[in-house]
Amino acid sequence: MDLNIMSFENVTFTYMPEDETVRPAVEGLSFSIKQGEWIALVGHNGSGKSTIAKLMNGLLFPQSGTVTAMDQKMSEESLWKIRSQMGMVFQNPDNQFVGATVQDDVAFALENNGVPHAEMVQRVHESLRQVKMEEYLNHEPHHLSGGQKQRVAIAGALALRPRLLILDEATSMLDPQGRMEVIETIRELREATGLTVISITHDLEEAALADRILVMNAGHKQVEGTPEDVFFAGNKLTELGLDLPFAMRISKLLTEAGVQLSGEHMSEDRLVEDLWTFYSKK
Amino acid sequence: MDILLQEVGYSYAENTPFEKRALHHVNIHIPSGSYTAIIGHTGSGKSTVLQHLNALLKPTEGSVVIGDRKVEAGVKAKNLRDIRRQVGIVFQFPEQQLFEETVLKDIMFGPMNYGVPEEEAKRRAVELAAQLGLPPEALEKSPFDLSGGQMRRVAIAGVLAMEPEVLVLDEPTAGLDPKGRREIMDLFHQLHVQKGLTTVLVTHSMEDAARFADQIAIMHNGKCVVSGEPRDIFANEEQLMDYRLEPPRTVKLQRMLEAKLGIELDGISLTEEALAKNIALALAKGRETE
Repeated sequence: MDLNIMSFENVTFTYMPEDETVRPAVEGLSFSIKQGEWIALVGHNGSGKSTIAKLMNGLLFPQSGTVTAMDQKMSEESLWKIRSQMGMVFQNPDNQFVGATVQDDVAFALENNGVPHAEMVQRVHESLRQVKMEEYLNHEPHHLSGGQKQRVAIAGALALRPRLLILDEATSMLDPQGRMEVIETIRELREATGLTVISITHDLEEAALADRILVMNAGHKQVEGTPEDVFFAGNKLTELGLDLPFAMRISKLLTEAGVQLSGEHMSEDRLVEDLWTFYSKK
Repeated sequence: MDILLQEVGYSYAENTPFEKRALHHVNIHIPSGSYTAIIGHTGSGKSTVLQHLNALLKPTEGSVVIGDRKVEAGVKAKNLRDIRRQVGIVFQFPEQQLFEETVLKDIMFGPMNYGVPEEEAKRRAVELAAQLGLPPEALEKSPFDLSGGQMRRVAIAGVLAMEPEVLVLDEPTAGLDPKGRREIMDLFHQLHVQKGLTTVLVTHSMEDAARFADQIAIMHNGKCVVSGEPRDIFANEEQLMDYRLEPPRTVKLQRMLEAKLGIELDGISLTEEALAKNIALALAKGRETE
């Protein structure tokens, strides 16, 4: 049976339990994530995404409902064991470095966990190789580009051999090139290791690569499904403060301008293909 | 208000062993009323240039002319208060600078600090909060009880409340959701037009630079290597690649399509609307010639 990496059952959390007029940040939320899945969690600012991330790693506990991670109920007792099996990468690449060099930084959590030196060296090299940063072992983190920094942060998480990697807006501060580097790294990692990934993101292009998308709206789960399902639900997303992927926006505009397409396309390649068919038919 | 950077050089920690040269001979002219985008790879010097625009940094070589004031290397600059009021900077993640008890007080802080009477400061705050889409009840709340997107709006309102003539924006929408991003960028554009502001946008988003700017300056390794109109800058892909930049997605899609169909669209498409229109036009024309 597939291991349940993370599941929420009817979870409600409010920052102000004493004030009933304040809507809970997350309300009645249920979902479950299987080993090896890539899940994108999307939603407008204030939809509850960050609260969910904090519930996932036990920084917050729900007022009602259950959070289960790695088949264990999240509690004060289990949370350290659970946390040791998940890695997190945050938004700001400059806020997550402690080491003076790239390898020191990646080794930091290993040292904290008392990993023996020989194994530590081996793991640092291995995880830097996985994100293609092994040439930068002795570089100073602050001289790296944003994309490189985030890849080192991912390596730091990987060195702990987590079963789950949570990316909390990890690409939102990067330039387009850095964003591509990070997304490509995650893709390759998933292919090579089958790591479970939860990415919390505004970037619909990034979400389109996931196996499944959870769309949050005002503390509730609004839609859940494959990228196709979610994006073809169409206008709803725009109402929720989100956006469609670029190729779909152009597809819509083209349809409005009287160009007959075979459908709305999620990728630029497919859109170009379709336009070519249309063009060469006449 | 015109801003002119003339042969500006800047070194961090000058005359110390840690001296690091960030800018070399930068020449940029920002004409009054223009909307200028400064683009460039991470570490190219964009943020250092930005801090010269209101004399937060003073050049270690060359000079910066801001309106009728001149900030020159080696010359002690006095009374920069006026410059700082006339040139408002919205820094990255400006919500980190909020500190007052209430949203209203936070927005009023800047103008009152510059001697604007309380009544007037309040009037501006209320008006701006509404313009930025903050609900009226938010004014009496602590800014720290708001969502990230709302905090961003409060911080922006605080800068606008100073009624600057030049508005400098450093990645103003980073971390906002797509709707918030669009609303804020549209608002800046609207203010630019209505109030005749001079706007400077530092951005990684080629799409925003293409859509809003009327001139673009590219920074690379501490130098301003190119400046010109968006349609010229983004038509020259080779040049962009040299500076580790990419054209906007609309231009990339246009090129993909042109290669596949063996046609050439009219001009270059700087916005999504323009791209769709261009494609529809080309396809219709294709039909007629058959």
